[in-house]
Amino acid sequence: MTFLDALLFHSPALIIAIPLLSAFLMPLVSRIHGKLRNIFAVSMIGLTGCVIGVLATDVLANGPRVYIFGAQDIALPLVRILFEVDSISIFMAIITILLAFIAVIYSWSFMNHQDGLDKYYTLFLLLLTSALGMELTGDVFNFFVFLEISCITSCALIAFWIDEGEALEAAFKYIVISSVGALFVLFAVGILYAQYNALNIATLANALQYSFLDKIVLVLFLVVLGMKAGLAPMHMWLPDAYGRAPPSVTLIIMSATLASFYGILRVVFTLYGNVLTTSIRFDLPLNTIVGWVLIALAIVSILIGVIMALIQSDFMRLIGYTAVAEVGYMFLAVGTGIAALGTPYATVALQGGIFHVLNDALDIGLLFLVAGAIYYVTKKRSLDDIGGLARNMKFTTIFFFIGLLAVAGMPPLNGFTSKFLIYESVYQLNPILSIIALLCSILLLAIFIKVLYAAFLGPQLPDLKDVKEAPRSMLLAMGCFAALAIIIGLFPNLFLDTLVKPAADALLNHAQYITTVVGGI
Amino acid sequence: MIEYIPYVAVICMIFIGLYAAIFRRNLIKMVIGITIIESGVNLFLITLGYREGGVAPIYTSLPPGTTYPEQMVLPVPQALTLTSIVIGVAVLALMLSLVMHIYRKYGTLDVQKIRRLKE
Repeated sequence: MTFLDALLFHSPALIIAIPLLSAFLMPLVSRIHGKLRNIFAVSMIGLTGCVIGVLATDVLANGPRVYIFGAQDIALPLVRILFEVDSISIFMAIITILLAFIAVIYSWSFMNHQDGLDKYYTLFLLLLTSALGMELTGDVFNFFVFLEISCITSCALIAFWIDEGEALEAAFKYIVISSVGALFVLFAVGILYAQYNALNIATLANALQYSFLDKIVLVLFLVVLGMKAGLAPMHMWLPDAYGRAPPSVTLIIMSATLASFYGILRVVFTLYGNVLTTSIRFDLPLNTIVGWVLIALAIVSILIGVIMALIQSDFMRLIGYTAVAEVGYMFLAVGTGIAALGTPYATVALQGGIFHVLNDALDIGLLFLVAGAIYYVTKKRSLDDIGGLARNMKFTTIFFFIGLLAVAGMPPLNGFTSKFLIYESVYQLNPILSIIALLCSILLLAIFIKVLYAAFLGPQLPDLKDVKEAPRSMLLAMGCFAALAIIIGLFPNLFLDTLVKPAADALLNHAQYITTVVGGI
Repeated sequence: MIEYIPYVAVICMIFIGLYAAIFRRNLIKMVIGITIIESGVNLFLITLGYREGGVAPIYTSLPPGTTYPEQMVLPVPQALTLTSIVIGVAVLALMLSLVMHIYRKYGTLDVQKIRRLKE
């Protein structure tokens, strides 16, 4: 076994182990020197990224890969913890590590003058570990553990600016919601274990009978993970948390949110994949019901997100509501993919939804970084107190302009590519849904044009005469996002063919996921 | 019939906890509610793991006259419960420390008076 083979064999464990161990080394390293701590964080996240890259090339070429803790091959799979990595998991892992890498570069300058940075980076790396763990694990109990880690660490990070009362409030709201949610996931895991005597997803999916208890489990999973992903009736923690956390933290909390979204995909398409077309009563198959429920909630999310964003004056909170709307778009596409399962446009919808995960991460991430840059130089949150910043912050203005076009789905940028797939496929299910989505997208453009005028154009305010451009590392982070947004917008097929289509196929072809584990016994 | 009593208790605890977490206005009482939910879920897992006449899966300390491995209990639910208790302690500590900071900041524990992030 050469070094590369060994690296590949152990890569699922390494992807978790590197950030986890470096999180606990962080307090030690930061005692030596502040700069060393930053270099350590960047290099460890970069190293994790390299391992993910190695694993991604293998998974995309050779199909799902299983890693069993404490055993060479699949012996006694019932009592082992195993990681199962397929194209959708690796797609989400790439997004997570991308967000983490950009966020850690941004933190270099942004968090420069704060204290308690050793704790900041420790929590940051733990949150990264939990998001990656949720995406790679093949075990429902393991999923719960990583969900709880993400809940604890994100709560602590939201309250990082602890001298602000609102940050504490947002953090408390978040931990109440997510810890109750996580306990219900544990309850659902208990019900599954009681019935099938197994905890790994593939074995459970193979054995699932779709009894009354299984329906309860499905509802629990959908409600809790939908809540953690920021779906409409329980979205209210999201703008609070996103708006009050430091923007570099928001990026990595967003990756945990997207991991919950991935959890819904995994539960619906893989865990319930075998029974998705069985009807419950009135000849309505399960997929129609789940699909339409998700579509209804998604439309509500889009409307609430856009309408609430219209009336906000706090810049970061405004972007938080936009993020709710963007989550709505993802669920709209996935709901269509579930409701119309089996038709050609359902596959297109699913691809659009998965592609939108990447684009949402880039667009909303870019906007948050811009908002953070403005906060860094002016120390002001409200749009009423800032104006005319374009004179002194040329690059930030350009990046904001790119971000606003991307988030509104304008053609040469990445938001357009995925939103177009969503409109096109949703239109075939029901034209009205597509029209609502399109109109709300235009409203988003209007909202951000308003922000552009309020913050960047117009007369220069007297107390903002001496503001400087944001520091270099922050510009670099924003530049990376903007460059990716443009590249994806210009060459969407490159990403669609190599990453998104395999991911959608992995979800639809759940039999492959199951036989990789169950067939090996 | 008597074997269903723990499950009834589980459901009761979860609903009492949910009631406290949703409708109580005092932050400490909300925290207590969440802890009650957690205990309910832990009780559920432990009840699932109970087997009539089972023994702990330790080869060196088997009681005389047991047939193994038939009578041994797979200790997965117990392991899950232990993990969940440890996580619960961490969440509880974090919540209480947040409550402490909120009290220092606002001087009250009433949710209605604290809410500044409204719209």
